[in-house]
Amino acid sequence: MTLDSKIPEGQLSEKWTKYRSSVALVNPANKRNLEIIVVGTGLAGASAAASLAEMGYKVKAFCFQDSPRRAHSIAAQGGINAAKNYQNDGDSVYRLFYDTIKGGDYRAREGNVHRLAEVSASIIDQCVAQGVPFAREYGGTLSNRSFGGTQVQRTFYAAGQTGQQLLLGAYSALERQIGLGNVKMYNRHEMLEVVKIDGKARGIIARDLISGELERHFGHAVLLCTGGYGNVFYLSTNAMGSNVTAAWKAHKTGAFFGNPCFTQIHPTCIPVSGHYQSKLTLMSESLRNDGRIWVPKAKGDNRNPNDIPEEERDYYLERRYPAFGNLVPRDVASRAAKERCDAGYGVGPSKMAVYLDFRFNLMNKYGRAEASKLGIENPDDETLVKLGKEVIKEKYGNLFDMYKQITDEDPYEVPMRIYPAVHYTMGGLWVDYELMTTVPGLYALGEANFSDHGANRLGASALMQGLADGYFVIPYTIGTYLSKEIATKSIPTDHEAFVEAEKRCADVLDTLMGIQGGQTVESFHRRLGQIMWNKCGMGRTAEGLKEAIAEIQQLREEFWKEVRVPGSRFEFNPELEKAGRVADFLELGELMCKDALHRNESCGGHFREEYQTEEGEAMRDDDNFKYVAAWEFKNMSDWDMHKENLVYENIKIAQRSYK
Amino acid sequence: MKIFGFLFQSSIGKKIMMSLTGLFLISFLLVHCGVNAMIFFNDGGEIFNEAAEFMGTNWLIRTIEVGLFVFLLIHIIQGLYLWNDNAKKRKEKYGKTAGNANSTWYSRSMGLLGTLLLLFLIIHLRHFWVISRFTDVVTGGEQTLYEMMKEVFAEPWVVAAYVLGCISLAYHLMHGFQSAFQSLGINHPLYTPLIQQIGNGFAIVVSVLFAAMPVAMHFNIVQ
Amino acid sequence: MEKGINVTLKVWRQKNETSAGSFETYKVQANPDMSFLEMFDVLNEQLITEGKDPVAFDHDCREGICGMCSMVINGRPHGPKGGITTCQLHMRSFKDGDIIVVEPFRANSFGVIKDLSVDRTAFDRIIAAGGFVSVNTGNAVDANNILIPKEIADKAFEAATCIGCGACVSACKNASAMLFVGAKVTQLALLPQGKAERQSRVVAMVNQMDAEGFGACTNTGACAAECPKEIPLSVIATMNREYLAAKLNGK
Repeated sequence: MTLDSKIPEGQLSEKWTKYRSSVALVNPANKRNLEIIVVGTGLAGASAAASLAEMGYKVKAFCFQDSPRRAHSIAAQGGINAAKNYQNDGDSVYRLFYDTIKGGDYRAREGNVHRLAEVSASIIDQCVAQGVPFAREYGGTLSNRSFGGTQVQRTFYAAGQTGQQLLLGAYSALERQIGLGNVKMYNRHEMLEVVKIDGKARGIIARDLISGELERHFGHAVLLCTGGYGNVFYLSTNAMGSNVTAAWKAHKTGAFFGNPCFTQIHPTCIPVSGHYQSKLTLMSESLRNDGRIWVPKAKGDNRNPNDIPEEERDYYLERRYPAFGNLVPRDVASRAAKERCDAGYGVGPSKMAVYLDFRFNLMNKYGRAEASKLGIENPDDETLVKLGKEVIKEKYGNLFDMYKQITDEDPYEVPMRIYPAVHYTMGGLWVDYELMTTVPGLYALGEANFSDHGANRLGASALMQGLADGYFVIPYTIGTYLSKEIATKSIPTDHEAFVEAEKRCADVLDTLMGIQGGQTVESFHRRLGQIMWNKCGMGRTAEGLKEAIAEIQQLREEFWKEVRVPGSRFEFNPELEKAGRVADFLELGELMCKDALHRNESCGGHFREEYQTEEGEAMRDDDNFKYVAAWEFKNMSDWDMHKENLVYENIKIAQRSYK
Repeated sequence: MKIFGFLFQSSIGKKIMMSLTGLFLISFLLVHCGVNAMIFFNDGGEIFNEAAEFMGTNWLIRTIEVGLFVFLLIHIIQGLYLWNDNAKKRKEKYGKTAGNANSTWYSRSMGLLGTLLLLFLIIHLRHFWVISRFTDVVTGGEQTLYEMMKEVFAEPWVVAAYVLGCISLAYHLMHGFQSAFQSLGINHPLYTPLIQQIGNGFAIVVSVLFAAMPVAMHFNIVQ
Repeated sequence: MEKGINVTLKVWRQKNETSAGSFETYKVQANPDMSFLEMFDVLNEQLITEGKDPVAFDHDCREGICGMCSMVINGRPHGPKGGITTCQLHMRSFKDGDIIVVEPFRANSFGVIKDLSVDRTAFDRIIAAGGFVSVNTGNAVDANNILIPKEIADKAFEAATCIGCGACVSACKNASAMLFVGAKVTQLALLPQGKAERQSRVVAMVNQMDAEGFGACTNTGACAAECPKEIPLSVIATMNREYLAAKLNGK
């Protein structure tokens, strides 16, 4: 099978316009007879479900949480990019496109990324129209800030709660359609299987998490908007429930998995404090606008950070990357932090942390500006701190509170301690330009697909992609497929394909319940996470990955013999839900290692220690690896790899430099 | 009248109704307290009796009195209904409650305080209003209202009941006064603290004045 | 080694919505740096290993924003500290030897699913009744076309930070949802985009709120005092005002 990415012909900037104008349409009367299943209600899912329902399709939406508003998009803090050029600082669709491709270390598809940049501006318009209260200037215009990997201010935000506000906007649009009867919502339902009939996706099997019953649902098309799989590492910034199950079941039913090893390690998270830790908390990248990252110049310097004089501090990002300084992309910042800590310069009790210090900008940038506004000449340090604090509070107050809550340290007084943590997965189900997977009628949107971020995602681009896919891409591209399906009547769910799929789910659940071994699901998950973090995390080696594969296979075997799931299958049973998810992670982990092992280069978030420059920068191998690795599931531990070669016609590939 | 139906039907309508009737009762209290305070002129009730005569015979006041009773009844019936209805919204009670950690006890006890006030009101109306309206004791000149008060407040248990009634009134007002404004949608960072202070002041001054009357008469502080 | 504290938990156990529940007592050794939910993870691992049924509780993001975690801890939703959710509560807020009573958010409109998990879909239905701006995808004008003064945008944002957790309902002696509804009404009434539907919106949302069986507000202020996002009581006043205006306008 050859992969056809279906990129439209023509000039890059014309592709999407042309596609939109020539895409096949479905007339309103036919739309009412076409049913679409949307799994997941984050930014991509909620916006897709709402938009498709507005167009007249019959939509069924599913989420495992108790309400669609709880999807993990809600936790995104910093902001959303858009090429609005409101700041008159030279931004443009092309520049956003270019930054994203470069930020992704030249492993993303040009056509998709350009489309993303094109629709980015409409997203902001749409959200504002829904009543999303973005931050504004005194004059009433929208405010912007900078994010990593860019030199313009194009990030729109709502304090440190941008994801929340955007999701609530999409959620309200979705609830409106639910109220109008155009969407049927299934809360606390988990998708466990894709149903395929004659090669096409025709529905899903979902488990009602309250009653435990399995349900069959038909759809002319199925959209997976189920987010990323960062929780394979056990500790990540993802929500506890975030999982790969829906995407993984789709993968096992024939959807190829693209670049599974591309994971993003976010540089600014609160460090691990103990073995009981259940998740990691992100401190928004926006903090790097005003926080300076440093470690002591001397190894094992245990002094209070405020007592370490300026000349004894190593602002290593500013030193290594003078052009971008603290605002280098996430992969670069994360690796630099790991390098310092591994070399013995780490701080804090675990020595696995670096400082993120606001004092300099608090005093010199904001304190002085405020003082001059107030006409205070030669302000003393105390005044500067007092005035600067107010500004910092306004900008990042909720993040500072969150930090204090967790660590019991006041970041206004002492620098934050931060360390990289798993945050996002660029890899995901392989999709073509229309967001369709290799299974006809099965789509993947948002973080669940692999398409737009290459090997590294820039900050504030995930929200952009989720909403772009849901509001502005899928409403058009799905027409291409559904316009050919208007003659297909609803397939009754007593069709044998549904019966068989349901049986497969029931068998897995019964097996899990039947093992009754001696170890908890949590303990297996924790062990898997350790293998993944140590051997498939920030630094990877061929040897380590080979070990990891063997260890994961062994752990998986142990899991299916030793796991203990309490309760029964026909009740509200969170442990059973978790067991199913961990079972899927145990398979995915192996594929990630396999993918990382085959990619003999370093690019973006994928850093193979064997492939680095003398200065320790990632060394790409464009001659041999300028492709998307799309994995086809054959059997347990057996995959075929298909290549989609990446063609760059509009960007000159270069070694990424932020120096 | 249909457009006012919401005042008896929806949750917000009902509280707006409680608020409007409450504010009317507050204005009544102001007048009532003002007139009664005239006993403190300590002139053997001369001015007070004159004022009472005016209040009892002026046609405008008598008309408003009808309205007062209508509002009072609505306030009582709606209040009791809400108290009962709200209590049913949580069938399974908490094993441990927050106490006063998130709200004042009297704001949570408006139904109880109101019921105490109602009991007091029945006694109070029986003592004075029924006699002065439906007998000719006062109008017939057998006894002035002032003399009647002296007689009634000679009983210690009556004085105690009145003082208790006034304490209930104070707490009922401390919450009720400011709550009435909130229910009508009046909440402003500059004015709400002021309203709260005025409300507390009003609650205390009016209740203390009312309570002082039976006490003063019982102990012959006013002659 | 690790500094630990020992606490006694009295946890509400209830098999499902229809069965009766009761308190069970457990002893847990906790680390002060643990979050309250991590302490429950430890308890559950203990219970599973002992062959007992773990305690079901809702949680997801564990950073105070998804609104999924609940629990009434010693009589207070999200525990003794203000301005945070249960997942942000840390064991350092408790002392060695403390007895901690943990119950679900209780209200008739929040049925218990199991143990500490409750059904809050009533909130979704209230939003579906009117908590939105009726604008289809693609209808929007340029975002800077309508200027919104910073002060208004900030106030709308303050109301919009509601996470829909239901602490307000659980804290209110009347199980009233008015802080939740008021927050959404206020956000959309403040913004020019929401003004077109403001009257029909508030009436539809209040009708749905009443139909769901929430109690009426008596202005005790417990909701705002317990709100993890510190939504002010003034949003209820705004809703009252909006509602009164809409009703007097015949909506």
